[in-house]
Order: sequence, then structure tokens, then C-alpha cells
Amino acid sequence: MNNLCKIKNNNSISLNSIPVYKYSDFFSKVVDLMGDDNKHIVNYFAIPDKNIFRFIALIADDSNSDIIILSHILEENDKKELAALTPKINALHIFEREIFENYGINFIGHPWLKPVRFPKNRYNKELQINDYPFYKINSSELHEVGVGPIHAGIIEPGHFRFICNGEDVLHLEIQLGWQHRGIEKLMLEKKQLLQRTILSESIAGDTSVGHSLAFAQVMETLAQIEVSEQLKIERSLALELERIAIHVGDISALCTDVAYNLGANIFGILRTGIINFTQSWCGNRLGKSMIRVGGINLPFTEKLKISLLDTIAKFEFQFLELAHHTYRLPSVENRFDNIGTVSENQIRKIGAVGMAARMANVKRDIRQSHPFAGFFKYPIEPVVLPKGDVFSRFLLRRKEIKSSIAWIKNMFEKENFDTPSEKPKTSISLMPQMFAVSLTEGWRGEICHCAVTDQNGEICFYKIKDPSMHNWKALELSLRNLEISDFPINNKSYNLSYCGFDL
Amino acid sequence: MLEEIKIMIHNGKQFIPDVRTSKVSETFRGRPVITNAVVDEQKLVELCPTSAISSHPLSIDLKKCIFCGECAFRFPEKIKFTNDYKLSSNNPDNLIIKEGQTGPIMFDPSIVRNEIKKIFKSSLKLRQVCAGGDNSAEYELNASGNANFDMGRFGIEFVASPRHADGILVTGPISENMAEALEIAYKATPEPKLFILCGVDAISGGIFADSKALNRNFLKKVKVDLYIPGNPPHPLNIINGLLNFIN
Ligand code: SF4
Repeated sequence: MNNLCKIKNNNSISLNSIPVYKYSDFFSKVVDLMGDDNKHIVNYFAIPDKNIFRFIALIADDSNSDIIILSHILEENDKKELAALTPKINALHIFEREIFENYGINFIGHPWLKPVRFPKNRYNKELQINDYPFYKINSSELHEVGVGPIHAGIIEPGHFRFICNGEDVLHLEIQLGWQHRGIEKLMLEKKQLLQRTILSESIAGDTSVGHSLAFAQVMETLAQIEVSEQLKIERSLALELERIAIHVGDISALCTDVAYNLGANIFGILRTGIINFTQSWCGNRLGKSMIRVGGINLPFTEKLKISLLDTIAKFEFQFLELAHHTYRLPSVENRFDNIGTVSENQIRKIGAVGMAARMANVKRDIRQSHPFAGFFKYPIEPVVLPKGDVFSRFLLRRKEIKSSIAWIKNMFEKENFDTPSEKPKTSISLMPQMFAVSLTEGWRGEICHCAVTDQNGEICFYKIKDPSMHNWKALELSLRNLEISDFPINNKSYNLSYCGFDL
Repeated sequence: MLEEIKIMIHNGKQFIPDVRTSKVSETFRGRPVITNAVVDEQKLVELCPTSAISSHPLSIDLKKCIFCGECAFRFPEKIKFTNDYKLSSNNPDNLIIKEGQTGPIMFDPSIVRNEIKKIFKSSLKLRQVCAGGDNSAEYELNASGNANFDMGRFGIEFVASPRHADGILVTGPISENMAEALEIAYKATPEPKLFILCGVDAISGGIFADSKALNRNFLKKVKVDLYIPGNPPHPLNIINGLLNFIN
């Protein structure tokens, strides 16, 4: 295993130096590697290249910050079928499905080879979004409940299909794709650097910083731009503000669902303080226009630092006071405790990442395992909880907010922002025939962007992975044997992305 | 109980008393102003990621602008963004900002249909349909109802069923996969109904405008009653826009 091809986060490798295995060797290598608890699948996709398909699997080694790259090729005359890895490595299920949907490559033995998001350029255009083949159980005792794509409330579209025995959910299947707007394709079609940056901000608006940072890092890697240490720290700061804001908003939303109005209102108000600070920094409450390739238009300043310290001091006092009260309320505890539990074993099997992993005793946090931006200079220790229920997801947010605040305060003690960080690049030239990968840890979890350049240094392939790609399965599993009325709190406790998944 | 009262006192009054005059931070990019400075207009036109800038005379189309600020960063003497968040109008022509124009963006009461004026003057119940958006306009719509902005105090609410709604508010560039569901929701809404496009993606497609994965044909069949520009629109922009329909 020592001769494996490995790179670090935010690095590139010449496409031709990635070793290509025979599929049977690729298969057994993946199975071997994934047997180690320190490793998890980051991505697996196929790159169409003239008449061949080049497959790339990325496996993260959380013990030494390596990203292992494995590859195999399907030649023009090869039969478009491969033995599915999914039965052995469940976490690959969604990636094999995606490859099947995009290119019609059949994975033999895949138990669930269904459409993923009905992309515009799917292989089987006959199949329409309303034809999704839901799992069925033939029994006169059971009934089905279908919800969506349009839901009650201001929320993105998706379809939830429950198979119920009375009030009890035996099975939940989630169908997505309604938000598909062709981002990966637009990434190639739009040639301007700024256009591409804006696309990356619009993958999931609630994770603008997380995704645009991954994009910027991929571009900087391919253009061999080394940004200043100060800029890296500013980027991490923006990312932690995004985390705090969304987490406190989600705590508020969960309070709404248990009709705890004080919590719902005040946690919501607390979010406003943070996003208004982000607006005072970059002009947008969601951090759009914050991250740019090679620099920043509105650098962080000492004045902003004073203002943020003040914002955080107020936030922290009120947050701690209210959280201390809310998290002990019997009505909250009773409703969240031991509901929607997924086990550590299940989480490992489905390959969940980020919050969805950490709430069930699986320590996966790119900030620590594969550091980027300011997390080299200022490391962060991930919060891990053992139980895997709604309460754990509720509690994890509280603890992560505290940890992000501590990170910011510690960093502020040592950094000053007297000299402004560098200005962004307006155009860049990329190394030809390279493959680059960037991982960031958004508030939901691991984000992965990959790019490939052709012989002219043009981007010819771009792949985006939102953590929701792994994590929707966790919500489905959470619902097993719960009452259907437990769906809303479970759904909110994950708050997964539809648009980030649908692309 | 005592503890909760303490929490409430510490939190203080948080609602915005007057949503029409409330100020937002200076850095917020709201209504742009184009000065008469002489610059290389061609460069300015070319740098805009969504072709929102036209030349002769120089203008910015807020139906396309994603408020990235790039034009102002690169040509600060020519383009400035004020923090005026009231960007909504029912007249698309009012959303094109011309050189030298410094006045507010106007809503045109004279083109509001009579039945709308009569029926919706004291409250508004809307059904929101998200059609391929990035969840940012949705985020700000939800924020519009929170304890800070409290849109509910004006009788503006979002309802679960289109059948209970006075109109449809769309976010997102209208993905092909969502086009049919949007049309069904629209048809299920009783007449007379409002049709509102919220956010740049809904209004013009925004950065997704050229994507083949969209299907915006439905827009050819309906009349738009309100455009709410922004990426995403600020809650104060959303509320002030909607308030134009009710007294
Ligand atoms: S702020 Fe608007 S007009 Fe200016 S460059 Fe960006 S999209 Fe174009």
C-alpha cells in the first residue's frame, strides 16, 4: 500500500501521473483501504475524455492528512458495465448512482441504482423527474405518504416518500433534483473568473463562504498562487462566522418545532447580529462577495476587529444564558432525546461527514484532519458527541458555536489587521493537464471541489460535492421506526442542502 | 420563569420600529449610482458577470445585477453603491439605473390592477415557490418574518397552500425540473392573484441565465406584479416591496 498515489489538501497532480489500475485491482484496493476506520470516501466520479471514461476515487486518510487517489479507465470498446462496489462499501452508493445517471455505466450488483438528481445532460433523457422509481412494499397493512416537491413553508423542494404502518415509519425515501440548474456545466461554459466565482457562491447560498473558498483554493492551486497568511486567516474567520450564524439559526428553528417561542425568537435575533456583522464587512449578509481568487476586495481591518469583538461579546453572553436555560428544559429534552438515533456503525457505513458524523461519535472534520486556510496556524479541535440522536445534533451546534467563538478570540489575541490583505486577481492562467482538489469544512461538513485542466490550461472538468451528498441517507435512516410526526424535528436537526445536492 | 424574564430583559427590544426608514450598514450594496466620470465603458461592460451593464448611455439593469460590487471596486469614480435597500418595483423600466440618476426606485401605483388594489389592501397571504434557487432568497424571506423584521405585523404572511394564497412568490431561476410544479401551484391559486419574482435568479436567471437546465417559458404566460431585485434581497427590501400593495 506504500506505492499509493497521495496528495495533500489544496494540491494538484499531473493527470498523467495518477496510476491507472485494472478495475479488479482498483476494486480490491478500495475495499482494503476502506476497511480502515481512519479513512473515508471523499468522492468518486468519472471524467469523460474523448471516448474513454477516466474514473477517480478520492479517499481521505484522517490520520495523516493524505488524500489517496485511485483511478481506472473504461476504454471506448469496453462494455459499459462494472461490478458495483456498493454492496461491499455502502458509502459509495450515491457516487455509483451518479456515474450511472450521468453516463449510463451500469454497476452490476448495485442494490439501488436509481436516479440522483435528473440532471439536464443525463444519460437516459426518457426518464423524467416524476418517474422516480420509489421503493414499494406490497402489503394491505401499510400505506404510503408522499410529501413534496413543494412543502409547507419557505423551504426548498424535494420529495419525501414514507412507507408507514399506522403512524410508524418503516421506510423513508428522499427524492431530489428539483433544484438542478446545471452548475457543473456552467462552470465550464462561463469563461470569466468572476462568473465562476459567483457560481461557486451560489451552489448553496447558506454556505456561500464554504463553497466559494473551496473554489478559490482550487483555482489558486492550479494557478500556483500562494496567498498571504493574513488572507488565509480572514477566510477562516469568514467560515467560522458562517458556521456560528447558521448553527444559531438552526437552534432557533428547532425551538420553533417544539413550540419554545422564547428560544425560537431570541436565537433568531442572535443570528441577525452575526450576519449583520458579515454584511458590515463584505456588504452581504450571507458572505457573498467575500471570497475572491487570490485576494479580497474588502479586507478585514482593526476597526472591524473591534466591532466584531463587541458583537461577539454581546452574542456570547446572551447565547450562553439562553442556551443554559433552553437545553435543560424538560419539554425540549423529552422531545429531542433518543429520537432519530443513528448508530456510529450506520454513520461509518453510509460515509456521513461533518456534523452528521460528529454527532454519532465519528470524528470527521477537515479543519483538523486536512487543514486549510487559517487552520494550520490556528488549529481547532472538533466537537464529537456519542449518541447520534436529535438532541446530539441540537447540542453539537451549541458546542460548535462555543468552539468557533473561542477560535476567533484566540486568533484575535495574536493577529492584527493594520496592513490590508492583497487584492483579488482578475484573471489567472492555470497549469495544463493537472488535477487539483480542495476540501473545506463548511458548517454542514466536508465540501470537495475538483478541477481538471486540458493541454491549454482551460478547465475541462469541474466536480462539486456538498456534504449533503453523503448525509441525506442519515436522515432517511433516522426516521426508521419513528412516528411520522417526528419527521420535522429530524429534518431540521440535519438541515441538509437541496440546492447543494442538486447542483 | 424568572430566568426567562431575565433573558428577555438582557435581549432588550430588538424589533425594527420603522421598516421604511431603518438604516443598514454603509457597506451594504443597495441602489447604485452612476456618476458622469469618463471611464473606459467597454471595460466596465465586459467585467460584469451577468451583463447587467450597458453603454451609451451607461446603465445598470437591476433585473440582472447580482450586486457583486465588482464594477464599483474596479471603477470607484464611476459607480457607487448606496445603502438604499428599497429596490423593488412593479415597473421593469424603473429597475434600469441610468447615468446621473440619484433618486429612489419608484413603485408605480397607476399600473396596479384595480382588483388587486381593492382586494389586497389590508393583508397579503403568499405562497412561496422555490424553483432552483440557492436558498439565499429563501433565507432572507424567512428572516423577514423573524422578531427583528416582523413582517407579520403588517398582515403579510406566507401560507402553506396555494389555495389559501393571494399570490405566488417565486425564488430561483426556474429549473426545468421545477417548472411544472410551479405552474401547478400558480393555477391552484384563486383569482385575482399576485405574481412576484423575488431575487435576481427569479427575475432574470441571474448567474444561471444561460443554463440549459432552466425552463422559464412559464414567465411568458403570466404578468409580473412585483420585482424584488437583490442577491439575495435584503429583508427590508422584501418588506418594503410588498408593502406597496397594502396600506
Ligand atoms: S455589481 Fe452588478 S452591475 Fe456591477 S459588476 Fe456586479 S453584477 Fe455587474
